[in-house]
Amino acid sequence: MKEVYLDNNATTKVDEKVLEKMLPYLKENYANPSSMYNTARISAKAIEKAREQVADFLGADDKETIIFTSCATEGANTAIKGVVEQFSTPENNHIITSQVEHPCVLSTYEYLEKKGMRATYIGVNENGELNIDNLLSKVTPQTILVSIMHANNETGAIYPVYDIAREVKKINSNTKVFVDGVQAAGKININLKDSDIDFYSISGHKFHAPKGVGALYVKKGNLFQPFMLGGHQEHSLRAGTQNTPYIVGLGEAARLAKESLNYELTEVKRLRDKLENGILKALNNAKLNSKSKERVPNTTNIGFEYIEGELILLYLNDLGIYASSGSACTSGSLDPSHVLRAQKVPFTSLHGSIRFSLSRFTTDDEIDFAIENVPKVIKKLAEISPFQDELKGLGLLN
Amino acid sequence: MWDYSEKVKEHFKNPRNVGEIKNADAIGEAGALSCGDKLKLYLKIENGIIKDAKFQTFGCGSAVAASSILTEMLIGKTVEEAKKITNKQIADELDGLPPEKMHCSVMGREALEDALKNYLHNDDWSEITDENRESKIICHCYDVSEEQIIEAIKNGAKNFDDVSRITSAGLACGRCKESIENIIKQHIKPENKTPLTPVQKIIKINSIIEEIIAPELKKDFGDIELVDVKENNVKVKLKGHCSTCANAKLTLKNFVETKLKELVDEEITVSEG
Repeated sequence: MKEVYLDNNATTKVDEKVLEKMLPYLKENYANPSSMYNTARISAKAIEKAREQVADFLGADDKETIIFTSCATEGANTAIKGVVEQFSTPENNHIITSQVEHPCVLSTYEYLEKKGMRATYIGVNENGELNIDNLLSKVTPQTILVSIMHANNETGAIYPVYDIAREVKKINSNTKVFVDGVQAAGKININLKDSDIDFYSISGHKFHAPKGVGALYVKKGNLFQPFMLGGHQEHSLRAGTQNTPYIVGLGEAARLAKESLNYELTEVKRLRDKLENGILKALNNAKLNSKSKERVPNTTNIGFEYIEGELILLYLNDLGIYASSGSACTSGSLDPSHVLRAQKVPFTSLHGSIRFSLSRFTTDDEIDFAIENVPKVIKKLAEISPFQDELKGLGLLN
Repeated sequence: MWDYSEKVKEHFKNPRNVGEIKNADAIGEAGALSCGDKLKLYLKIENGIIKDAKFQTFGCGSAVAASSILTEMLIGKTVEEAKKITNKQIADELDGLPPEKMHCSVMGREALEDALKNYLHNDDWSEITDENRESKIICHCYDVSEEQIIEAIKNGAKNFDDVSRITSAGLACGRCKESIENIIKQHIKPENKTPLTPVQKIIKINSIIEEIIAPELKKDFGDIELVDVKENNVKVKLKGHCSTCANAKLTLKNFVETKLKELVDEEITVSEG
């Protein structure tokens, strides 16, 4: 059966070239990079090469700013808890983030609130855009941390993190800025060296490295309480034997992602726009949720009124089309996407919102197949819906 | 991807009895668009026997499957037999549902209840449903009983999240959250709530300041003295190093007040006077 994988914001396939680079470190070069013999030097050197590749990918000033982690959730937990533990006092206990962050940030903030921090959650407008002035108005002398994602996983909206970091520092130079860069890495250019961002985390499996490896950028001179304690790996900032093969994979994936960035910004965007326009044109009940002015090139989120999202995914699955929904049933809770709720997507299409996310491996053929079949599925499901009058009004039923 | 049984998959791919019955004898509804699932059930009833059943569902795969199988179960049954169908039977008929999806079978049961209530004009309904309901099950999704929740509380669960972590109750649809919170309220031992008389309170506050708080401050060459107590407003005087320390305010709020709140009364506030 034909398979059309349109869920690249969830995870991506490992690039063959990445796997090839990794294999020697799963076979002959298995030495612990901290050990004291020649073969260990091979592992250690491979890690340092990957560090350079990741630093280059993130436009970081120096490879020493890169700490390898297991994933971006670890990066977020390390940065947020690390800053709070290092800098919070009974008076300086204010932290800021947005309502549309990934759960790895929101859950950490909620946890810290229980520990006595005061948290402010900034909302977005109906297009999913952040109001910077609103955010800046919340920064006080007591604010120790601002965490904002670079791009949203559900809608692809890009947030102006460089401007935010710069302006936050003007108000309070002691406030640290953490950016969750998971959905930006590999999709748009990243340039940290000229920015005021203190911490930036990425995850390898979102840009064709395997799962289980990521990196946290820590701007030089920044202190934080390390999360993982133990040995002296990663300059004592992240204990635990380094995962050499996966780190090597992350480095190679970063190199390839930088190389393909232009393709991503032109060809992947062309395919995404084709898919988006094709679906919106074919269905009157299809409403675009990805409405922000700035958006990553690979993502679109479309709400289908009066049809439930999981059912759409199950029917698409039978056709070999793989997408995802931030809605209720897929995540195991009845709560619909917090991101779409924050931008006030109406209930009529909230539960039927589907995210399609492409990669550099997506083809024209695959997009044509999706454009042909998505509307067929929606029309079929309209027949089961109890909202017959509404769907007739939209021209989906006779 | 949910671990749906073959039967569930079969039913959401090829749902039976989809549509509406014109001039239905009973119509039942459950759920709402805003909740993410809604089921409309139509019944044709002749001489106390369900002759036809149809449905329309806005919901996930298992919601469609539960609705579909429910119509099959209903056709040919008497109203009396239909009354006795439980959500568990609907799930069993589908060869089971994942725990997170049990609420879909509950929705089927609710729509049926609504339809039959309309048909029977509410008569003699309560006794029958009460008899049918497994009254002890609080979380239908994960099949968690009141007893298991009480056991979790005995094991140290203090709030809804704790109960969820131990029993999985409330992790799926979350409809039982309020019931669980009520059980917690009933079973958490109130901590030493016999109210103190004003004099007892002053004596207790004074002894805590002298025996617990002052010795701690003395370690940093500070000291403290009780000045006055008016209801829950405690006035103290910081002495020694504390009186000139920049962090004195913090000491008051974070150490003195916290200790008194913990040991005497949640409502206590401390100020310098």
